[in-house]
Amino acid sequence: MAVVNTSRSAKVGSLLRYSALILAAALFLAPFYLLFRNALMSEADLGSPRWHWLPPTWEWGNFSAIFNDPALPMTRSLVNSVLISIFQTLGVLIISGLAGYGLARIPYRWSNAVFYLITATLLIPAAVTFVPSFVLVSSLGWISTLRGLIIPGLFQALATFLFRQFFLSFPKEIEEAAFLDGLGYWGTFWRVVVPNSMGFAAAIGTITFIGAWNAFLWPLVIGREQTTWTVQIALSTFLTAQSVNLSQLFAAALVAIAPLLMMFLFLQRWIVEGVERTGMGGD
Amino acid sequence: MTTTPANVDVSAAAAAPTRPPLGARLRGRQNQNLWFWVFVGPFVLGLIIFIYIPILWSIYLSFFESYNTVTPTKFVGIGNYLDMLKDESFRSSLGTFIVFALFIVPTTFALSLLTAILVARTRVMQAFFRSVFFLPTACSYVVAALIWKMSIFSGVRSGAANALLGLIGQDSIPWLSVTKPPWYWLVIVSARLWLQVGFYMILFLAALQRISPTLYEAAAIDGASSWQSFRYITLPQLRPTSAAVLLLLLINAFQAFDEFYNILSSFGTYPPYARPPLVYLYYVALGQGQDFGHGSAGAVILTLVILIAALVFNRFFSFRGDD
Repeated sequence: MAVVNTSRSAKVGSLLRYSALILAAALFLAPFYLLFRNALMSEADLGSPRWHWLPPTWEWGNFSAIFNDPALPMTRSLVNSVLISIFQTLGVLIISGLAGYGLARIPYRWSNAVFYLITATLLIPAAVTFVPSFVLVSSLGWISTLRGLIIPGLFQALATFLFRQFFLSFPKEIEEAAFLDGLGYWGTFWRVVVPNSMGFAAAIGTITFIGAWNAFLWPLVIGREQTTWTVQIALSTFLTAQSVNLSQLFAAALVAIAPLLMMFLFLQRWIVEGVERTGMGGD
Repeated sequence: MTTTPANVDVSAAAAAPTRPPLGARLRGRQNQNLWFWVFVGPFVLGLIIFIYIPILWSIYLSFFESYNTVTPTKFVGIGNYLDMLKDESFRSSLGTFIVFALFIVPTTFALSLLTAILVARTRVMQAFFRSVFFLPTACSYVVAALIWKMSIFSGVRSGAANALLGLIGQDSIPWLSVTKPPWYWLVIVSARLWLQVGFYMILFLAALQRISPTLYEAAAIDGASSWQSFRYITLPQLRPTSAAVLLLLLINAFQAFDEFYNILSSFGTYPPYARPPLVYLYYVALGQGQDFGHGSAGAVILTLVILIAALVFNRFFSFRGDD
């Protein structure tokens, strides 16, 4: 009797659970549905007071239109976003990877002091330093330049901290063998440590890439000229100016998130690991 | 400016004036001090130039009157700080942050914990549900703002929210163009909720998977109900993760900028209400005035506020963790 009751309440419980999950999943997917629908609607249908579940006419021309619109620097801003995100990802991986390894493995008298100097910056929220950083970058003459957008973002204390923690847990025996073979710190790092750290680097790399691609405040402050707009700034400019073909703006937004949607489809494992590492490593 | 980073190089190289040339030492026997700086130097140099110098310089600027210049001459003491603290709109930006945090922190926390628990207990299609809740993390605040402002909460009849209201016979609501009632909070909060729930769900999922199943088995043998095992096993075991998530949510709410800017500003102007600290700072320091003195003073005050808040929070949680 008790067994029957348990299985019945378990069935009811799992029915409730799946109903809640399906409802929540529908709500979470709805904005994506609207993005796709609007991107493929004509301007007139999107502006009409009637609700349409699907575009009455499928406007595939929206996509070619945004690349041919001289007012919307779509190609240029996409190229900027790609360049900034790739350089920032590679730069952070190399700079923080090297620093993390040095802190974890090379004995040095002031190693702890340097480590505190680095972790102290973790306490300062990045966003409140945008005024001082802007002041510095503007006096270097880097406003509206790609280097002004890329270089200040290369020095991520959190990434260095996480690399250090990761290398501390790296099996020392392998490195010692390489060291005995005469590889030295440099050779050991590149030939033995790096090839065995690709998974971790992929986790940090995907998270850095997503952050760089979606960044807004810094590119808004630094990339003032149209030639240095990232795709987020281009979208934002037209969104807040409200003088644009709305369905084409949705088409542009779809293009802007397409690379990250691809990443989520194919690299989700690394992204999830990156979230787990960066989310819990920061405290 | 550039002398400090140069000094680091010089001192590292000059530390051993009598030794063989640099190239020979790098190729030869391992010199640990040198190699430490080869590995760590680039990062520390960047950190000094792009984090430490701007912060120190900004503190310096905060004591000067500096409109449109970064080399000011007129010292005003703590005048800028007093101006900021007296400024009604600066104080109301802190108020806006508090209201926003009261909305967003508990809702994100509860929803990400709930989705994590539901997903963790699901066998069929677990990966699908996890991906669906995680997918919005791929979206930028700008794209979310576009969908929220122009499609879901557009004031027109064909906006998704108003179309839904129409189905149950309600009138359309001009979500973003009225302040009484302040519907814009619903727009702002739901956008951030959608964007960040998946991120924290992943953190909770990882923590849930670390809880040993033997704890639940022991509880089941003792006849614990599912509510009891949630209350007395799951919640206490999630404590470190919960504390970290709450702190992250608070700090992120404090730094909110993107969705406020993109949802609320139109035709190049931002409304006088609902300005969180960073939006306010953006317009003071980088608006037409380029008032770096007041902007820097504001940045210093905000840094202190968030540091104190984080310390108090940590203290509070470590106290409760002791018993």
